[in-house]
Order: sequence, then structure tokens, then C-alpha cells
Amino acid sequence: MIAVIDYKAGNLTSVVKTLTYLGAETEITQDPEVVRRASKIVLPGVGHFRATSLLNELHITKAVRESIARGAWFLGVCVGLQWLYQGSTEAPETPGLGHFAGECERFPALFEGEPLKAPHVGWNSLEDLKPDSKLMRGIQPGEFVYYTHSWRAPLSPDTAASTPYGGSFTGAVERDNVMGVQFHPEKSASVGLRVLQNFIDL
Amino acid sequence: MLTKRIIACLDVRDGRVVKGIQFVDIIDAGDPAELAHRHAAGGADEIVLLDITATHEGRGTLLDTVKRTAAALFVPFTVGGGIRSAEDAAAVFNAGADKVSINSSAIARPELIGEIGGSFGAQAVIVAIDARRTEGAADPVGEAEVFVSGGRKPTGLRVIDWAREAEQRGAGEILLTSMNTDGMRNGFDCELTARVSEAVQIPVIASGGAGSAAHFADVFGRGRADAALAASIFHFGVTDSRGLKASLRDAGVTVRLPC
Repeated sequence: MIAVIDYKAGNLTSVVKTLTYLGAETEITQDPEVVRRASKIVLPGVGHFRATSLLNELHITKAVRESIARGAWFLGVCVGLQWLYQGSTEAPETPGLGHFAGECERFPALFEGEPLKAPHVGWNSLEDLKPDSKLMRGIQPGEFVYYTHSWRAPLSPDTAASTPYGGSFTGAVERDNVMGVQFHPEKSASVGLRVLQNFIDL
Repeated sequence: MLTKRIIACLDVRDGRVVKGIQFVDIIDAGDPAELAHRHAAGGADEIVLLDITATHEGRGTLLDTVKRTAAALFVPFTVGGGIRSAEDAAAVFNAGADKVSINSSAIARPELIGEIGGSFGAQAVIVAIDARRTEGAADPVGEAEVFVSGGRKPTGLRVIDWAREAEQRGAGEILLTSMNTDGMRNGFDCELTARVSEAVQIPVIASGGAGSAAHFADVFGRGRADAALAASIFHFGVTDSRGLKASLRDAGVTVRLPC
């Protein structure tokens, strides 16, 4: 069973619909006990980083920390990936989980002297795929996925795929059982379905 | 590299996809859900469904159509038409839309942009602008005017000013339709699109006038569009997105291929 955490983030319905389409059994929840019992946890999300403060209020942050420690698989999507870092300049007062080092920052207004539009909206390529990534298994460099976001996570040794826009940022992150994607696999056609299937198959 | 997006648009009236020429003379083009899936399979990067008569007739958006269309659609899906409040938007998101497009209602009450964005994020709000060049003005493009109610009512607002205000109020994208070029298949209004694209920091979707691959290449280049929308050229089998994208790639435009 995959526990899909409901913290009133925009794309919950789409993510659940896609997981169900792929044959996964899901439970939409705000209950830390359900999160503790789950073998897999998905944290969807789109919109403002501030929304993740509800995870603390619901005592889900602690439950996720414990589940990760005992080996449950975790996938964060979009803001769900950003939450895995220490925080975001979008909502400095709201701490992230801090599983990965670094802070999410807004795209720069200028890149190499040219204005850079934000949000970064559209289909962009996955590059520098980590060969041993479980989540990105079967994905080829240069394949396209759909993004829509204004804040981004920095590159680090845990980056499983990068994407170029105003310099490279983390498109997918993975260390052992903890994973995240900045793109929307539920909106990325066959490539996105492959990524979610990889997670379901773990 | 970020690609230029090809967006297939379904104008819906009474539950059927229709196509008009310069906003009038409407003909039937098929079932929305069926066409949306055909477009997605054919390589469209996004699907937009516009309930073109909702505002005019005061009806709500066709939630059933939205639900049916979204059921197994795994590309971004935008819905517009008849969304007057954050509650209307919530109903459309719950039915499966990823973004809403608001037009007349945003002009009537600009706070609506921020209200929807506050709950669902700026990326979920597209402000659609129907624009007509002001012929006879010193600068017909710069003084292009915003129209509402399906192009029926002039607002006195300048397109450039309204696009900037929409951005400031938290719109995630601008969908710019030129009433001068709409349905004519003679090409997009590249001058107007470029002016709007340079005036804002958010992506601009060009609409109105697609007739050939060269028109898309032109609006992505000279028109500085981030995405382009077309309807009629797809419905009647003139081409599909995949074929269109192959031509664009040959013209040096970065597109999502294979798709």
C-alpha cells in the first residue's frame, strides 16, 4: 500500500489517479499512524512551500522521519522534493525535512545576461542520469518531462538527474530509500509513467 | 533544454468541440474527451479545453466533460470558461484540471487571479487575453485593446498593461489570442506576441492564426512565444503535433521529440 499524504497540495488527485491507473493500491491520508504503517509513502505537491507547514501540525514530519529510518520507500513530487531539503527561500520560516543538505532557491531573474522567465514551465530534458538510480531506471538522457515551478533544489552528490534551466538544478534526487522528483511524473506522458512504475515496483 | 510547447485547444460548446472563424461561424469538430486523447497520443504537449459559451450564457463549466477528459490524460490539462470564483476553480481542479484559464472574470475582478493562485499556486492560473490591434492608432500593436465575453466587448484596457497587471497579481502564464489573426490560418500575430512576451517575466502562449509549421517557427522565433496553441489545424487531420514538431525540429526549434 502506498500512503499518499494529503496536505491540501494541488496535484494530489492527479498523482493518485496516475498511481491507480498503474495498478497501485493507495491510501490518501493525513494520519501519522497510516504513514508509519505504509511500506511506501508519496508526498505530492505543487504551489507554495509554506503549505508543507501543515505536515508539522499533523505530526506527519516525525512519522515520515521514523518510516524512512526503518526503510520505507519515500517519493516526493515537486514541492514534495523541495521539502526533503533543509528549506526554501520561498518560506524561510518553514523548515524542510533536512534529509538532503542545502536550500531551495528561486530561479535567478537573469542568467548569463539574459532575462530568465519564471515559473519554469514546460517540457525539459533529464541529463546526467545516475546509472544506479532505481527511480530513473530505463530513462534515457535527453528524455523530456514536464516542469512547473519557480524554486529549485541545488545539485549535490545525491542528484539522480539534472535539468538545465538558468544553470543545472536537481530534477531527481535519490539516496537509498528516499527519492524526489521536481518534475511532474503524473503529467509527463510515458516517461513520467515509467518513473512512477519504477517506484511502484520497488 | 526547455522545449517550445505545442498546445492543442478544444473549444467546447454544449459538450461538443467546435471551431469558429474570428470567433463566429461555428462548426462541429467532435467529442472533447476523444479528441483530447487523440491529441495527447499524437504528441501534443498540453491540452486546453475552453468552454467558449460559458461566460456568454452564464453557465458553469462543464465539469462532467472535464472529468471524462482528465480520466486517463497524462499531460497537463487546462480548463477555461465560466470560472468566476476560487470555488469555481476548485471544482474544476477537483474534476481533474491542472490549470484554469480565466479571462472576462479576471477583468471584472482582478483579485480573482491572486485568490486562485493563493490556494492552488501561481502555476495553476493562466490569464487569457483576447486582443485586437487598434488600427489607426500611432502604435496599433502597442495600443492593442483587450476584449472580453468571447471577443464581444471592448474593455478600454491596453493589452500590454493588462498582461503586466496579471503577472503582478500572480498569474503563472499568459494565453494571448489575437482576434485579428484567429481562425484565418495566415500565421500568428508575432509583433503583438513579442511585445507581450518582452513586457512580462512569465511564459506567453500564442494563439490565433496557426495554419502551417512555418507559422509556429515564426511565433517561437520572432514572436518570442514560449508555447503556441492551435485547434483547427489538428481536428481535421491537416497534421498532428508529432508531424508539426518534426518540421519545427528541422527548422531549428527545440521541441519534445520523440513524443
